[in-house]
Amino acid sequence: MPEKEGCLTPVEGVIQEPEPQQKSETQPAENGGKRFMSARVGQPAPDFVANAFHQGQAKQIKLSDHKGEWIVLCFYPGDFTFV
Amino acid sequence: MTVLAVSTDSHFTHKIWQKEELEKMVEGGVPFPMLSDANGSIGRAYGVYEEAAGVDIRGRFIIDPDFTIRAMEVLTPEVGRNVSELIRQVKAFQHVVKTGEVTPSGWQPGKPTLKPGFTLAGEVWKEWKPEMAFD
Repeated sequence: MPEKEGCLTPVEGVIQEPEPQQKSETQPAENGGKRFMSARVGQPAPDFVANAFHQGQAKQIKLSDHKGEWIVLCFYPGDFTFV
Repeated sequence: MTVLAVSTDSHFTHKIWQKEELEKMVEGGVPFPMLSDANGSIGRAYGVYEEAAGVDIRGRFIIDPDFTIRAMEVLTPEVGRNVSELIRQVKAFQHVVKTGEVTPSGWQPGKPTLKPGFTLAGEVWKEWKPEMAFD
């Protein structure tokens, strides 16, 4: 984390995979040149860096720092919701 | 096992939710990190970001030590998860990776596994009965 945290703390977010070396001349890259990533079973997990709250502290967490462990990634619709 | 929770709330909001509510449910609060996906980019990469509502819907992914996604479950927000089923799946994948065996429907630790191969083709009925699909 930066030493002084402001209202805006941008992080890297999703880490895009490097562009393929050979680009097709006829097919322009979709998504403004960024490779479209989507999660599928049997495929590598999309990597990212996110701001996080853990054990009373603010920190940044990079998913791939947990390579070598079994990871359960749980999305949920929001804090203070009901289910 | 590493558990990471993600929503579009800021980590500041996570802090207050922990203090105001979660600590009343779980002594000391939830032990795992709560991540902020403020612009939905992580949710988009995992196919769970709901553009209209601006939230990540209830998606759960099991990632193995080689960083491969092994399982995914995505629900609309109204229905909560079954944590026992999550733990069963993690145990099953860990067993499969360790042994090379496969776990039939309804498998729980201690229940019989199958060894895939030519000799088992057409003979599964001898090893596995439909009632074994249930707890």
